[in-house]
Amino acid sequence: MFRYIIKRLLLMIPTLFGAAVLVFVLMRMVPGDVCEVRMAGFGAFADQEAIDICRENLGLNNPLLWAWPWWDSQFGQVMWGYLTLDLGESMWTGKPITHEIGLRFQLSLQVAFMATAVAILIAIPLGTISAVKQDTWIDYCVRTFSIAGIAMPSFWLGIMIILGLLITTQAWSGTPWMPPIVYVSPFEDLAGNLSQLIWPAVATGYRYSAVATRMTRSALLEVLGEDYVRTARAKGLLERVIISRHALKNAMLPVITIFGIEFAFLIGGLVVTEQVFNLNGLGKLFVESVLTNDFTLTQQLVMLVVVIFVFMNFVVDIFYAWLDPRIRYA
Amino acid sequence: MSMSEIQRDLSAEKIAKRPSRIAVVLDYVRRYPLGAAGAMVVLAMLFMAVFADVIAPYDPEENSFEHMFSPPSLKFLLGTDDFGRDIFSRIIFGSRTALFVGFVAASVGATAGLVLGVASAYFGGWFDLVLQRVMDVFMAFPLIIMALAVVAVLGTGIDKVIIAITIPFIPMCARVVRSSALAIREIPYVDAARACGFSHARIILRHMVPNVMAPYLIMITAFVGQAILLEAVLSYLGLGVQEPTAAWGLMLKSGAEEYAESAPWIAIFPGVAISLAVFGFNLFGDALRDALDPKLRMQ
Repeated sequence: MFRYIIKRLLLMIPTLFGAAVLVFVLMRMVPGDVCEVRMAGFGAFADQEAIDICRENLGLNNPLLWAWPWWDSQFGQVMWGYLTLDLGESMWTGKPITHEIGLRFQLSLQVAFMATAVAILIAIPLGTISAVKQDTWIDYCVRTFSIAGIAMPSFWLGIMIILGLLITTQAWSGTPWMPPIVYVSPFEDLAGNLSQLIWPAVATGYRYSAVATRMTRSALLEVLGEDYVRTARAKGLLERVIISRHALKNAMLPVITIFGIEFAFLIGGLVVTEQVFNLNGLGKLFVESVLTNDFTLTQQLVMLVVVIFVFMNFVVDIFYAWLDPRIRYA
Repeated sequence: MSMSEIQRDLSAEKIAKRPSRIAVVLDYVRRYPLGAAGAMVVLAMLFMAVFADVIAPYDPEENSFEHMFSPPSLKFLLGTDDFGRDIFSRIIFGSRTALFVGFVAASVGATAGLVLGVASAYFGGWFDLVLQRVMDVFMAFPLIIMALAVVAVLGTGIDKVIIAITIPFIPMCARVVRSSALAIREIPYVDAARACGFSHARIILRHMVPNVMAPYLIMITAFVGQAILLEAVLSYLGLGVQEPTAAWGLMLKSGAEEYAESAPWIAIFPGVAISLAVFGFNLFGDALRDALDPKLRMQ
């Protein structure tokens, strides 16, 4: 197991290195250069002096790939920055990027976890019902519901949730109610925090439950055809017990994998949902960085997502290997 | 029984055995009801896009300040937006944008993936290894993050959106096609073709590509839905198609949230259009997958 973890960890290095190269190259492909685009964005006249200062600060005057010592080259600086967790400064606010990320990380992480919880609560019961009642109208309803989850854009679902809240609260109490906009930490005011974040979690979670619902259904169907399920039935066990104790437990492996992989995709989904609910999280920061040509920030946020993504895949693989020894020794 | 009678009998039997086109369609509908529903939506969308000029009652880009925020009525079927533009007409014309982005991004992305995937499987060795590692790197970016990064570099506009959506599709398709092509490479007819002295290009194009058509077509239909959704997301974020072009995501960006209470029709209908379109392509794609290749059915 230990050997497998080490092997798997080492395999992450080329992927992460490649991603860093790709992002680096992408950001050098900006027509003109980052500073010119940036300064031109301020107004009609781009001050040459300001451009020079900007270039100097970003190290754009240094050689691209090779210098002596190596970390004086632009690429070396970026890589050295990753190793020392110095992500540079935002071109818009001038503050360190680690600071900007730190401010918003908690909110995004909380929504991501809540959305995963929502997805689990939707996917496993619905997937189970769908498998048990295979090819009945219940099954068709569940499948349609889950395909609709993929089809509906989560930002539109978000708008519809806000609209629904406005209308129902209007009818209920006479005054329309909107979720609060200012973020409060769950440790200070749990109710206030939840009343704000539950809605984006539902909007994101529903979408991500779709794949997991189908996975639960098909995994369960496969297990229900196994011999030991027939044995359990022959013993005269209650169908409820067979499903929950015998079948569901064994069908969970692929489902857990899906949740692990989906968690990383969820971060991408947050980009959109945070915009709708006006949450000041990482997703919103990302969109703002693109809109304001804040290239250094975009670059580092993309890298952050990639690191989370690759790390989640690593966790899923390790978990899988732990549960299934065949993978370890392959 | 005379000879001619036998002949008549035979021909009658022949005719009965060959199912008519309608019967084939009906059989498909019976076996894949959801897929047929999806196909209907796709056809309706194509019809809308082709005949947009005829169907749409108003110019989708014309402002009309006397008719701002008109609720749905007989005059404006789905109401008007904050510029007094007819939402029904904008949705009709929006299907052109959605389908254009969807089909171009999906077909270019899937075709590039097809070529790379088959070549990777056919040549094997270091070529395969390097290509797969590069694909791994691309796959480490979630779809929307990759698209946003490309938009950050290229800027906004419909052509750039198409590029931004196409790039992440390439490795996704290459991966799937490669695994199918690997199996096909082991089948003797490829060896036979090689023994005949055919060129690499001929073996790849004439012998391998036609046999990975099933996963390729399935990927394209799946991609069209995803591309439509992604275009809507980018446009909604203000990073995709720009005003005044009629695009569904864009219609939700401008004002849909602010006016959610006073003019909910602005927010509701474009979203319904996006959902229906993606829904249709997904259902159609799923049924196509079941029909073409049962092995690829989701495990």
